[in-house]
Amino acid sequence: MGHTKHNPIIRAIFNDDDIVLDAVKDLRANGYNVSEVYSPFPIHGLDEALGLKRTRLSTAAFFYGLVGLFFSSWLTYYTMIMDWPQNIGGKPNAMWFLNMPSFVPVMFELTVFFAAHLMCWSYFAVNGLYPGAKAQNPDPRTTDDHFLMEVELEGEETDLTAKLQELGALEISKIEA
Amino acid sequence: MHYESPIRNPLILGDKSYSDITNDIARPVESKAPRLWWIAFSIAFIMFLWGVGCILYTIGTGIGVWGLNKTVDWAWDITNFVWWVGIGHAGTLISAVLLLFRQKWRMAINRSAEAMTIFSVIQAGLFPLIHMGRIWMAFWVMPIPNQFGSLWVNFNSPLLWDVFAISTYLTVSAVFWYVGLIPDFAMIRDRAINPVQKHIYKILSFGWGGKAKHWQRFEEVSLVLAGLATPLVLSVHTIVSFDFATSVIPGWHTTIFPPYFVAGAIFSGFAMVQTLLLIVRKIFKMEDYINIEHIEMMNIVIMLTGSIVGVAYITELFVAWYSGVEYEQYAFLNRATGPYWWAYWSMMTCNVFSPQLMWSKKLRTNLVFTFVISIVVNIGMWFERFVIIVTSIHRDYLPSSWSMFSPTFVDIGIFIGTIGFFFVLFLLYARSFPVIAQAELKTILKSSGENFKKHHGDHGTH
Repeated sequence: MGHTKHNPIIRAIFNDDDIVLDAVKDLRANGYNVSEVYSPFPIHGLDEALGLKRTRLSTAAFFYGLVGLFFSSWLTYYTMIMDWPQNIGGKPNAMWFLNMPSFVPVMFELTVFFAAHLMCWSYFAVNGLYPGAKAQNPDPRTTDDHFLMEVELEGEETDLTAKLQELGALEISKIEA
Repeated sequence: MHYESPIRNPLILGDKSYSDITNDIARPVESKAPRLWWIAFSIAFIMFLWGVGCILYTIGTGIGVWGLNKTVDWAWDITNFVWWVGIGHAGTLISAVLLLFRQKWRMAINRSAEAMTIFSVIQAGLFPLIHMGRIWMAFWVMPIPNQFGSLWVNFNSPLLWDVFAISTYLTVSAVFWYVGLIPDFAMIRDRAINPVQKHIYKILSFGWGGKAKHWQRFEEVSLVLAGLATPLVLSVHTIVSFDFATSVIPGWHTTIFPPYFVAGAIFSGFAMVQTLLLIVRKIFKMEDYINIEHIEMMNIVIMLTGSIVGVAYITELFVAWYSGVEYEQYAFLNRATGPYWWAYWSMMTCNVFSPQLMWSKKLRTNLVFTFVISIVVNIGMWFERFVIIVTSIHRDYLPSSWSMFSPTFVDIGIFIGTIGFFFVLFLLYARSFPVIAQAELKTILKSSGENFKKHHGDHGTH
């Protein structure tokens, strides 16, 4: 989450997904900026409650698949029609289109190959995931059964902490920007 | 929001909290290996070493050490190849197809089923590689420019389609598996005490932190990968069946092969998942997560796919008769009544008759019975491939060249070796990887956990 202004961050720990989801809705309705939630599993509806945009990874996968389809079409055209045409089982080799039915399996496989692998690489890249990366979660309990919420502090600190306590936060701490 | 109909049986038994799930799934990784694990690992490792010896002997001496002859020039290696690829199919079916159908029971078993997929496809891949004879030339199957005036691979050949299908299948299954593993590795990383262990899981978990945006992408990527893996898994065994169906051998040249092979693959794969999970749930005390409900569901899939396979066998017989082609008719008559009649009837008994017993609820919820049937099915499916391959070619058009096939100790040794290698990989996996997708499982605790369901029932809340 890119912060333009550097406000201090209030971290609140919760122990239930429903409480976190309700808290996010409540805070945002009251004008607070919930900048991040760390959770041990996906919470359905949390992305909408946080106002996150839809991910474009599936659209990207579609275009990656197209790259695979074009690559395999070119590969079969270049090797089988242009570079060294041969009569194999009497199959027509004068035009790519006529020989194409026997290239369909390879074209399909390469489409899937490109779509799946390039999408996963994009996923790792946009999430900043790579072997040996430092753990992104500030508290190790958030991969077990705790939920950590980060709220930007804009007004009075006591108001926000009181609000978080009322919403069910178990621990509250302040991080200076 | 977390409501599920009380008619549906709970998928997570006992009074579990999120933390209990974490502890139960991290336990096999954190505790010492049970004695039974060491015994199983030792046996598998010895089998593996025996297979390595037989493979080295084959490569050093040549394919002549196998039982192949001029008439039966494709036998054990291709039988084993198709058998292992088929087993792999259930993993993808569980993780991809059941995800698209929103079947929640998949969550307890998808991790191990996918591990099984990857490990069995590795075994499958070994057979064509060693059958090449000069395995160091294996890269010739790739379309790369070469010193022969760019003599390219033949994209018209089903064998080359197989190269692309199997390699795509193996690598896509591996990334699908790994994307799901990352949050679970992070869970083990965050609770590890031993610094070496912490470091290993830090590398494996790629720094995962469970941010809201990352979970959103995680779910999207899982869904799209499932969408890609579903046609992929169907294509793989379809293309394997093309290895036979595009030839002009009576008994192979049939259009029914693609769906018939795919159904058989799912059938044998589910049987292997049963075999493995019945052991895993016992050794690692996962009975609350992989319970009778899961086993019954899988048995129903076995029953269904076994019936599809049975219909395919009968259709084949009918079409052979109806075609009016005497060679085609003889190929099937020879299968059922020729010198390999015992292989044919083993296949029929194991694959068509035995799964029909699953119509009885008492039997399909019985663990011992399930275990026995799961092994019987895989024996039957091995015979199916043997019957299709060997009985179709051992009596060709020229009766003077009719012959029989008998495997040598090398054929048998390599097959045993792959079973050993498979179990070596699976046992290592079971000790070091989270065997259940715990992050996903936590999302259904409130809707499908026994205690939560009971609570809903008592209070009538929706």
